[in-house]
Amino acid sequence: MTGTDTNRGLTSSNPESGIPESGTKELDQVVIRFAGDSGDGMQLTGDQFTRTTALMGNDIATFPDFPAEIRAPAGTLPGVSAFQLRFSSFDIHTPGDAPDVLVAMNPAALKAHIGQLKKNGILLLNNASFKALDLKKATYTVDPRTDGSLDGFRVIEIDLTARTREALAESDLDNRGKDRCKNMYALGILYWLFQREVDPTKKALAEKFAKRPAIVEANLKAMAAGHAYAETVEIFQVSYKVAPAKMPPGTYRNIMGNQSLCLGLVAASQKGNVPLFLGSYPITPASDVLHQLSSYKNLGVATFQAEDEIAAVCAAIGASYTGKLGITSTSGPGVALKAEAIGLAIMAELPLVVLNIQRAGPSTGMPTKTQQADLLQAMYGRNGESPMVVISCSTAADAFEVGYEAVRIATKHMVPVMVLSDGYIANGSEPWRLPDIDKLPPVEVNYAPEGVAGVKFKPYERNPETLARPWAKPGTKGLVHRIGGLEKQDITGNISYDADNHQHMINTRAKKVAMVANDLAPMETIGEKSGDVLVLGWGSPRGAITAAVTRLQEQGESISCAFLRYLNPLPNDLEALMRSFKKVVLPELNCGQLAMMLRSKYLIDVQSYSQVNGQPFQSQAVEDYMRTVLQEVK
Amino acid sequence: MTSVDEPKLTKKDFKSDQDVRWCPGCGDYSILNSVQAAFADLGKKLHETVIISGIGCSSRFPYYMDTYGFHTIHGRAPAVATGVKLSNAALDVWVVTGDGDAMSIGGNHFIHAMRRNVGLKILLFNNRIYGLTKGQFSPTSPQGKVTKSSPLGSVDYPFSPIALALGAGGTFVARAVDILGPHLQSMVKQADSHTGTAMIEIYQNCNIFNDGAYAGFTDKGVRDARMLYLEHGKPLLFGADNDKGIAFDESFRPFIVEGDDLGKAYVWDETADTPAPAMALATMDEAKFPVPIGVFRRIDKPNFEYGVNQQIDAAVANNKQSLKDLIYAGETWEVT
Ligand SMILES: Cc1ncc(C[n+]2csc(CCOP(=O)(O)OP(=O)(O)O)c2C)c(N)n1
Ligand code: SF4
Ligand SMILES: [Mg+2]
Repeated sequence: MTGTDTNRGLTSSNPESGIPESGTKELDQVVIRFAGDSGDGMQLTGDQFTRTTALMGNDIATFPDFPAEIRAPAGTLPGVSAFQLRFSSFDIHTPGDAPDVLVAMNPAALKAHIGQLKKNGILLLNNASFKALDLKKATYTVDPRTDGSLDGFRVIEIDLTARTREALAESDLDNRGKDRCKNMYALGILYWLFQREVDPTKKALAEKFAKRPAIVEANLKAMAAGHAYAETVEIFQVSYKVAPAKMPPGTYRNIMGNQSLCLGLVAASQKGNVPLFLGSYPITPASDVLHQLSSYKNLGVATFQAEDEIAAVCAAIGASYTGKLGITSTSGPGVALKAEAIGLAIMAELPLVVLNIQRAGPSTGMPTKTQQADLLQAMYGRNGESPMVVISCSTAADAFEVGYEAVRIATKHMVPVMVLSDGYIANGSEPWRLPDIDKLPPVEVNYAPEGVAGVKFKPYERNPETLARPWAKPGTKGLVHRIGGLEKQDITGNISYDADNHQHMINTRAKKVAMVANDLAPMETIGEKSGDVLVLGWGSPRGAITAAVTRLQEQGESISCAFLRYLNPLPNDLEALMRSFKKVVLPELNCGQLAMMLRSKYLIDVQSYSQVNGQPFQSQAVEDYMRTVLQEVK
Repeated sequence: MTSVDEPKLTKKDFKSDQDVRWCPGCGDYSILNSVQAAFADLGKKLHETVIISGIGCSSRFPYYMDTYGFHTIHGRAPAVATGVKLSNAALDVWVVTGDGDAMSIGGNHFIHAMRRNVGLKILLFNNRIYGLTKGQFSPTSPQGKVTKSSPLGSVDYPFSPIALALGAGGTFVARAVDILGPHLQSMVKQADSHTGTAMIEIYQNCNIFNDGAYAGFTDKGVRDARMLYLEHGKPLLFGADNDKGIAFDESFRPFIVEGDDLGKAYVWDETADTPAPAMALATMDEAKFPVPIGVFRRIDKPNFEYGVNQQIDAAVANNKQSLKDLIYAGETWEVT
């Protein structure tokens, strides 16, 4: 991989004089943000740019930022929907901090996002929506186009509505229908500006609106008109080219986190020949897991939309009891409801996968915003001593491996596994190098064989290697037995209130989880395995941390980073790694939950770097923070 | 201990090796006895039978049956059982629950099991009290019930599990009484032959915390006068010599007929396409009318797991996809 995650882009290449008069200019990365009303199709526009760009071989990372309300009044700040993407000719880890290009479809979008646009950045404004009422809705008292506040940006004002209507003069669509194509007009302009291929979008729209050819035609016409406009009207002196990134050889596809998580689950189920059963209840940002798995019926996946989260997890437990792999998908509020049932699965020692696509809490919180604040809930949010395996995914592509791993652990060790993802991973996308199916690790599924006449089946007799109990499917002869949430005698499974037995079972359930760590590969670091500062991360901050740390490394700093997929059990070699650095810093999108766990477990003075504002970390902020830490350490 | 390949089992074979721990005299014993007898008569196999319960005295039931058993959490047995039945439709899945378990904490799962018509048999042990937690009023306790949590009498209005089940679209809804063994066994057998959700409310005496809750109509001396046996195709008659009957006015309000009017007694049709008559019987005032037992409603409707599995089977048959095809799907590109 060449290049590093630095900020050499459109706005940073000597903004005063660096742009040639005409022709093509090469860039190694660009950050674009589309912002508009929720009805303006910004997510679709961003998605199309992403697909095309991925197919052109760039590395790409995306960050859809959905409005808080699905139907906020049009033109208002709460109704603004944005989609940021960053593409490059080198390996990148985040969708970028500040955009080089901002497309603002109305004053509200401008107001919400102009603060982040880089100096000298390109600002594409839809002039059609800057009437007095539009400005008022966006709480502007003065037209920002006239008060000098946009000085220092390269402002391009286009009446997208008028231009689009002109382009669609022949179309049968009414004006409302035509106006809905203006995002495609804007996309056409950007396609010309960044030399993107238009064919993938043509194909995608044709598929998406297969039943409504008039809409496909209008959208494509608008896009072509925008493209032609940019080319002929010479609003830009140059167009920009971003060469393909040098990525490891293989077959790639662009993937979103929830999608790849589902594929990981399905892959493990196929590999282990254990059918999946999903019990779920819709909740943002986890609903797509339910949607996606519901479309895999042809792979034998059963999905059950339950009456509530409790029923969802209970049905999944019922499925696991019969020998399928029970999964339940939700977000934090749903996990709260499932807590008691998860305890039952721990007690019954059945496999179960619980997916928590975290969102900003507490309570209903900010459903469309991201956060990592359910770690302690995952660890300790149940009554009694009820340890469970907790693993986390850190990027959209990583979610595949984590989904796979969750199934592998659950069936091999006969334990419930909690997977922590978050809204940022769920909806963000990146190129995914597709795995070699034959090299996926084995998924062990050991159903108990038929019983022997006259020999009483022992439902809690354990595999000495994993302490897993037998997976005895109802319907199998000679294995009838009773299980439940009451404490039971080890081996026989009979109800027991014996003091020594209870202590033994408490220890055994803990040990079972701890033994999962024996499967783990040695920890990897980016950078040296010892030095001044170790930045530890888990979950979605991975990208921002990697970007910040590699930049600091280039500046010669003694700093490394490492990432934890396994949060319970923690890797056996983690402690030694932490002790090899003068300082360990842990950025996380909560008030320091993992930092607290590590401090209490290892008595190491882990420094928490916390941000809980519903937004992902910006790599620049992480870099600045680490620089001060490095200074203090020296 | 049963051997693996035994052909026809006896009632004894269904007993597990665990000591039964209900209070002596508890109605649960008679229910256990009747279920074991009915299961033996039905020729059930131990390994194909799964009993799933929630929490409560009643929910200890699976421990006493030498079948597969899962004692789950309070109120959630229908949800767990739905997962079981969906995942392996060949299993014979029975849910054992109580009036607190199914009507209070688990009310939601109960109504949705009814609505979906999952192939579960639900035995609801209704003792009109929370037994296991030592005697608080339940959603089926009569108003004014004095318990430890309602020292001045409960203010809550009760509801009828039968009416609730009917309202939720139940396709087999019946009532039996713990001490009327042969009738209970017959209900169990009819439930067994129903393909969708079958619910039997079983009046059960908790002799410790709610003794005699049903004595007013189940005691031998008053039974004939106070109970109404529902029999498909027969008029609704009761009384020592079947000298009284139940008829309905045009609004399905019940009234008692006798003497010359006895011929107006309603002819019971458990398969009626409207739940109205069943609902009318389920909501009759216990003080003024006889208490109906038997099958309130039995209608045919495709069951949930059938629909779900049919979609999966068709998808598998029509669109086989290898794991590789799935993962390498969509727009892919090569990097060399
Ligand atoms: C989540 C939860 N809440 C409360 C309890 C306590 N609890 C156990 S059984 C029960 C009521 C049982 O009443 P019912 O279902 O009528 O069963 P019965 O004992 O009468 O057979 C309660 C409140 C519990 N076990 N779990
Ligand atoms: S408390 Fe009541 S219901 Fe529970 S076992 Fe005793 S008698 Fe039976
Ligand atoms: Mg009760």
